[in-house]
Formats: sequence, structure tokens, C-alpha cells
Amino acid sequence: MKKLHVLIVDDSSVMRKIVERSLRQAGLELEEVKEASNGAEALTEVQKENFDLILSDINMPAMDGLEFLRSLASIPNAKSVPVVMITTEGSEARVVEALSVGARGYIRKPFTAEQVKERVTPLLGDPQ
Amino acid sequence: MSVPANAATAITKIDPHWKALMACAATEVFSMMAGMELQAYEEMPAEIRGDQTAMVGLAGALCGMITIRCSSATATKLAGALLGVDDPSMTIDAMGELANMVAGNFKSKISQVVDHCMLSIPTVISGEAYTLQVMPPTEGFHLAFRLDDQPIWFSLVVHS
Repeated sequence: MKKLHVLIVDDSSVMRKIVERSLRQAGLELEEVKEASNGAEALTEVQKENFDLILSDINMPAMDGLEFLRSLASIPNAKSVPVVMITTEGSEARVVEALSVGARGYIRKPFTAEQVKERVTPLLGDPQ
Repeated sequence: MSVPANAATAITKIDPHWKALMACAATEVFSMMAGMELQAYEEMPAEIRGDQTAMVGLAGALCGMITIRCSSATATKLAGALLGVDDPSMTIDAMGELANMVAGNFKSKISQVVDHCMLSIPTVISGEAYTLQVMPPTEGFHLAFRLDDQPIWFSLVVHS
């Protein structure tokens, strides 16, 4: 499997580190990991670089994960990048909304590295 | 913090089962995210102490506060387990994130609450010389666990 260029979007710096650690524990080889603390910062990143995978929180200040997903669809080099939402939300409605606006999967906190692997691996090398 | 427009009727009484749900929520978060097992006390410590308190507010069908409280040493250990590296500068953020995850996991286990309750961003208090008060009338409960032989408390206070 090729080494991945990943973008992690979360307003919590701790959670960004945890997600990166989980990806590594899951056995995914990471070439580079970029971080953004909200959707607006993430949009700037995807306009500059091509990513293999984006993991994003839903609830964030400035621009939340749902708005980020909607905006992503209009960026040519980014709209096929798989986005997996990571959320504390137990609400089905928010998850369904995320999937309806382009998320390819979701992971609920708390999660294990194994769960991250199960959700992420099928999406890699499988452009939509 | 906004309340969902379709908010359900406010819950003003703590269900007797919620203690077990809180214990389950906390145990899952600590085990899955930090690889640390919370051990139950046979007898709860008499006094709630600890100079690190992380709190998350609840609004909507359930109004109140969920807190996690422990010593600085325990908080530092938790942060290290959560992040996989020892970085004391991340301890406060790690405590806040743990409280956020426990609160989110707890509310997801209560069907009347899950879609009708919002969480605030976490706040962390460092120090012991404070009193935490939710606008009365209130009710609540405290749970204590042992983590590497040190106590850690989880509390729910609800505006009733």
C-alpha cells in the first residue's frame, strides 16, 4: 500500500494527535500528515496540496465539518478525496447529514485503532 | 451553545440507571482511547480531591455539567497514555478531550437525550480551591475509580 498523504481536521490539537497515532497503530503508512483546526483552514490546505485521505471532526468553530464537506465538492482536485468524519455526536441525524453531503464514512469517539482501520482501509485507492 | 429546535421535554430527574451508564461511558473511553482500565473501588473515597478538573456543560433536554477530577500526576499520566508521548504541555487539553468524549459517550447511551442535548466546549480548572455550583435546584452523583492506585472522579450534576 502506498504511503499516504493525510489531512486531519479538528479544533482539538490533542484529538489531531490521537487520530494520527491511531492511523499509525492501524498499520497505515503515512508519508505526511497535515493538520487544520477548522474547515476554513482545511479548505486552504486542500487547495494547496493533494491528499489521499481526510479525517474531519463535525463540530468546529469558524467552519464546521458539514460546511467543509459542502465546500470541498467545488474544489476539482479534492472532491474525490475520501473524507471520514470523526465525531462525539451520538446523533444519527448529524451523521446522516454528513454522509449526504459527501462523507464516505464516520468514526464515533471513543474508537480503537482497529476500528479506524476498518473504516479507512476500504476507502484507500478507491476514488469515487 | 445552541439548543436543538426540536428539543424534547427537559429531563429533571436523574434515572437510577445513569450511574451505570456513566461508569460504562467512562470505562469505554479510557480503555479504547488511552488503553487504561478503570478499577472500581469497593468503598468510595470519602473526599473528592484533585487539582485537575475537566468539565463539559450540557444544555437542552438535560441541563447540567459532567466533570472529571484527578490529581496532576494522574492527569499527566492520562495525557501520556492518550497521546502515546509524554508531553506535559498537552495535559490540560487531554483532560478536556477526555471529558468531552465521556460526556458524548454518556449522552449517546440515553435515547431521550442523544438527539436533544448539546455539549459545551470543555473547560479545565487547575487547582483545588474552588466550589462548582450549577444553578439550583440540582441533583447528581459521583463515581470514583482507581487508576494505577490513584482516584479519579466522574460527576454528573443536573439542573432539576
